[in-house]
Amino acid sequence: MSKDESETPLLDELEKGPWPSFVKEMKRAAAKKPAARDALRQLERSYREKVVHWKHGGIVGVRGYGGGVIGRYSDDPEQFPEIRDFHTIRVNQPAGWFYTSKALRKICDIWEEYGTSNLTNFHGSTGDAILLGTVTPNLQPTFNALSEAGFDLGGSGSALRTPSCCVGPARCEWSCIDTLDICNDLTQTFQNEIHRPMWPYKFKIKVSGCANDCVASIARSDFPIIGTWRDSIRINQDEVRSYVKGGFDIQRLVVDKCPTDALTWNQQKQELELEAEECVRCMHCINEMPKALRPGVDRGATIMIGGKAPILKSAYLSWVLIPFIKMEPPYTEIKDILARLWDWWDENARTRERIGELIDRQGMGNFLKAVGLPPVPQMVMRPRANPYFFWPELSGNGAGEAQKGEVTP
Amino acid sequence: MTQQHAKTDIGPPDYRTLLPPIIKENYGRWAYHEEPRPGVLRHVSETGAELHSVRIASPRLVSIDFIRDICDIADSYCGGYLRFTSRNNVEFLVSDKAQVEPLKAELEKRGMVIGGTGKGLSNIVHTQGWVHCHSAATDASGLVKVIMDELVPYFSEKRLPGKVRIALACCLNMCGAVHCSDIALVGVHRKPPVIDNERVSKICEVPTLIASCPTAAIRPNPKEKSVTINEERCMYCGNCFTVCPALPIANAEFDGVAVFVGGKVSNARIPPMFSRLAIPFLPNNPPRWPETVAAIKNIVEVYASKAREGERVGEWIERIGWERFFRLTGIPFTDKHIDDFTHAVTTFRNTTQFKW
Repeated sequence: MSKDESETPLLDELEKGPWPSFVKEMKRAAAKKPAARDALRQLERSYREKVVHWKHGGIVGVRGYGGGVIGRYSDDPEQFPEIRDFHTIRVNQPAGWFYTSKALRKICDIWEEYGTSNLTNFHGSTGDAILLGTVTPNLQPTFNALSEAGFDLGGSGSALRTPSCCVGPARCEWSCIDTLDICNDLTQTFQNEIHRPMWPYKFKIKVSGCANDCVASIARSDFPIIGTWRDSIRINQDEVRSYVKGGFDIQRLVVDKCPTDALTWNQQKQELELEAEECVRCMHCINEMPKALRPGVDRGATIMIGGKAPILKSAYLSWVLIPFIKMEPPYTEIKDILARLWDWWDENARTRERIGELIDRQGMGNFLKAVGLPPVPQMVMRPRANPYFFWPELSGNGAGEAQKGEVTP
Repeated sequence: MTQQHAKTDIGPPDYRTLLPPIIKENYGRWAYHEEPRPGVLRHVSETGAELHSVRIASPRLVSIDFIRDICDIADSYCGGYLRFTSRNNVEFLVSDKAQVEPLKAELEKRGMVIGGTGKGLSNIVHTQGWVHCHSAATDASGLVKVIMDELVPYFSEKRLPGKVRIALACCLNMCGAVHCSDIALVGVHRKPPVIDNERVSKICEVPTLIASCPTAAIRPNPKEKSVTINEERCMYCGNCFTVCPALPIANAEFDGVAVFVGGKVSNARIPPMFSRLAIPFLPNNPPRWPETVAAIKNIVEVYASKAREGERVGEWIERIGWERFFRLTGIPFTDKHIDDFTHAVTTFRNTTQFKW
């Protein structure tokens, strides 16, 4: 190959264009680290052959933990010797992904010393900072250095995955709960559950400050905690009028879009009227008029359960478990509920069965009995339409005592 | 000197030690915010304090040089305080208003793209792809790059009827959990795994492997101490490959990308929704996936021209009807679009109401 000829002609195409280029980043890394160059060369091969070139799995780790490191090996180590082993380290992010330059530089320095690639993801899908690529002997030293700098590893495998949260009250006027404190507190409380996989499968907790759900907790976590309120939206009528005076079409953009018809624009009085008991706190009107409308003051969270991606028995959106709960430190009630549902799940689930799938298989009624939560209409969109339900309380000698146990049809 | 044994279970650094003073002082006291331009947010506290957040695109897969660059910028313009968003953008947290314009000028000078807020396109959340995953059916970073190269005006300046959230998962494991996005791209296989009998018998636990199949397509093959796969039942989810490395499913010729549309996670107006299949297959055509880029652009542009103000993609489609969506976008409707998995019947039309 001549000196001018590129090793990566296909990837070079991705240095062009206005969007920031990951290929440029890989090349910056490759200029200093041979493993980044091999990763780039192997990626070029994937681009040429249209197929992946990483081997499946391989168990690696650090002392005392069962997770936090993902083994990764090239499937052609002779061609790409520098990435024979090229493991991922998950670093638990600070709540809300807030950093100082000092903290970030510390991670960079550690990774420059112990990583073989200089590559990272800020951040991975679940929320961790991802250090991308080092050799097996460097895993423990990386962890030692991270720990000394005040960082810890995140979750992987059949464990509690690193909880994450939205920006919350740190910078958002809509946050009804202290998402950062809840996320940080649960993360600190459940360090053992994060670092030592012991469950049927993964379990994810995400915390959103309001129903806009900026961390997609409903779709992406088994246990969403979503901020809400029980009283009425607060309305500043002067600010409402100034939106309207500014040409804002309040009728079309707010009133007509209210899902429960709870809002009326009183043209005569120039006031926005709210039937508070009809409001389902969807956030639409507040999103549209942030200066005029604010969430109520009797705040807490809606706890949901069961969300997951399609593998295996199709995707679930989480559903309501507790319509409203106050969220005050040290969040004892939440921790008790988590312990109860983990026990039930651990006891009953098949391998790789998420809690939502288990509830689907064993029935929501059984699940509620097992974890001691009452059925309430807020849990369902509508009641069942079939007549096939059970009366376990009548079994036995008509003793009338509720029976636990499997009543799957 | 690094210690020999790490302290375990210390958890992440306390976020309180990483917040800028203006946030510590106004924590939980923010009154409202405005978006002076895409990529810039102005939050005003009940105390009158103002925080200016300037958001830039990141490719997510970055070198430590990039991280040090943004640290330098943060040190120069906002006391070293910055954060990342849930869609992998970078935000500089500026408390001195006089620094906002110089910061923007510096970012532009460095070719960084400011945007990603409000009713437009934000960053594409995505997975590892061929860069660093064993089960990828397509690349992730590359597809994101070529799609955003095309759609960047909607990130940085042009507005859309509602927010558009695009997400990409490079296989059906969906570690990116893209299934409730306005537009979701998913790497798909179209051929059953190849069985390496010798390795199955050596490295895989056959009962676990059989149990891993959602359609019961995997049967024991006692003669080989391995398994057989009923090809008619296999829907290429790759779950068996996840539990048994001796069943590789990646296929250079047949793997590609499927496109789903109309999902959302926000509860605003209507409840969260799954994304639904729009395009069953587009070929892996690196490095620039022209078919996929054109398909995504088409969907975004038809939505931009037809949806009403404030409608997300899914709300628009539900209002006009899926039959109209397929006609407006010119996307063919096929047998693949009719569900035949676990909750299929719930998706069939139980009414005589439809359009032509």
